[in-house]
Amino acid sequence: MSLLDDHVVTGTGLVDEDTGRGRFRVHRCAMTAPEVLNRELAEIFNRCWLYVGHTSEVTEPGDYVRRSVGGRPVFMVRARKSGQVKVFHNTCPHRGAVVCRADTGNTKIFQCFYHAWTFDTEGRLTGMPGRDAYEGGADFAELSLREVARVEEYRGFVFACYDPEAVDLVTYLGQAREYLDLVVDAMGEPEIVAGSNQYSINANWKLLVENSIDGYHGPSTHDTYIKYIVSQGTDIRSGAGGGNAGYDLGNGHGVIEYGAPWGRPIAKWDPLFGENARPGMEQTAQDLARRFGESRGHAMTHTNRNLLIFPNLVINDIMAVTVRTLMPTAAGHVEVNAWQLAPRDEAEDVRAQRLDSFLTFLGPGGFATPDDLEALESCQQGFASGGVEWSDISRGMGRDRAKHDDEEQIRAFWRQWQAVVEGSAR
Amino acid sequence: MSVMTESAAAGLHAVGRAEVEDLLFHEAELLDRWDLDEWLDLYTEDASYVVPANDLPGGESGRDMVLIDDNRVRMVARVTRLKSRKAHREYPHSNTSHQVSNVRLAPVADGELPVKAEFTVWRFRNGREDCYVGHYRMRLVLSSGQLRIRSKRCVLAMSTLRSAGDVAIIL
Repeated sequence: MSLLDDHVVTGTGLVDEDTGRGRFRVHRCAMTAPEVLNRELAEIFNRCWLYVGHTSEVTEPGDYVRRSVGGRPVFMVRARKSGQVKVFHNTCPHRGAVVCRADTGNTKIFQCFYHAWTFDTEGRLTGMPGRDAYEGGADFAELSLREVARVEEYRGFVFACYDPEAVDLVTYLGQAREYLDLVVDAMGEPEIVAGSNQYSINANWKLLVENSIDGYHGPSTHDTYIKYIVSQGTDIRSGAGGGNAGYDLGNGHGVIEYGAPWGRPIAKWDPLFGENARPGMEQTAQDLARRFGESRGHAMTHTNRNLLIFPNLVINDIMAVTVRTLMPTAAGHVEVNAWQLAPRDEAEDVRAQRLDSFLTFLGPGGFATPDDLEALESCQQGFASGGVEWSDISRGMGRDRAKHDDEEQIRAFWRQWQAVVEGSAR
Repeated sequence: MSVMTESAAAGLHAVGRAEVEDLLFHEAELLDRWDLDEWLDLYTEDASYVVPANDLPGGESGRDMVLIDDNRVRMVARVTRLKSRKAHREYPHSNTSHQVSNVRLAPVADGELPVKAEFTVWRFRNGREDCYVGHYRMRLVLSSGQLRIRSKRCVLAMSTLRSAGDVAIIL
């Protein structure tokens, strides 16, 4: 037994921050030990606010989507009578079968096929065959669908939390809210585009957290993508140098902001959009500057941001906008779900270029994401070699203000991760 | 319609399943050999190569999220990337086996021969074993007397990409 066995079981001492020496380390057991994953499931995924879906996915009464949230099957439905967006545990209160068995649809009722118990979209049990067999009558209220303990929405983003005692969502989001606001305000009325990416990586989920908000790996890992956009006419110098920074937003949330050469579909024109789109995009930039002020408008239109909402929601507002969740199924395996957010009333050619930018960079069939998968799987394989116990995450620690290619936003995640996993955040 | 395209269309009517299979099996071999420049030669100048999202097999690029939406320019870019030592996911290259079966021809329409076929593409690399399963929908044309692919749409039968992870190779 090494000293570390205790740490793995208790989840303590896995993050080592030494501000005096400007050194920040994470013990690699955090990525490899099944005991750590068990603590994460109990302390993180059963207690934190987790993203479920977007209200644009359930606009009509009876619209529903089936999801896995924190590793549990649930479904989100726009209830017909109340109009509320509800999130239910996807299990029949009778004997357990899942009651929502399609990924998406519109319905008046959910019927469990096993014994034909029927529920309305408010979750109420409305019928069962042979109810006279229950002595004293069946308690329909007690036997109705169970809502997830806490469900709240922030500007269209629906979150759920399995802990009834959790703080409210707005408090939880804290400083991350203003970055969500930038995304939503720039779009006006955002919607989730049809189609999603559901892939997986043979790597610890936290490696994808790091990667999603890491401005350092771009030039080396994504060389072929940069070469591709340059070959298509993108000016490599355009956009660089503006407001490059990385922030610890508190509560484990982190963000990087930076200029980048690629076009941004709201209003940073690039030759890939075509000349036709140029006047409209320039007009949008002016409109947003007028409505929200020069600096906030510019942040919306020209600044890229990779935002992590602790623990497992990534919203990257770059050459397209992805809404991505990550969920571990083992210490060395993560399931990734990714959707795409876009303005509902977007011009056709801009939308087409947005979709194109998404799939070439963010999509698993594109010119960049497969190489991220390779990097993360490579890290996980490297951990197995041993010899090196700690990963170094010290980049930029001495600076007054961290840059986007430093690791301050990644340290933000790890600080909260340590506190939550060891139980000191409560 | 010009004389040339008329005769090309007539020629297309004469194309049988064996010829189509020869083309598809040849494509599979080129991909497995990583002979990607030669692979590009099988496609017309106005070609497209599309892979819809697993959960939206009827998805339209331009409106919906798809996995791959290449025109000829991006097919060339994809080949350039895959031949580079910086396409980390595929450097060194995987061993692949493209298997094509159940080839079906539909009647020639608008100067194109529609073809449907099932595919299984295996990918082996670095301890990973991935398998892509689905069907091709292709439109073939005769160009300078040669059978060429104008469009290839790879509709995945897998309900998610969980098992394969990514689509870094060409299906």
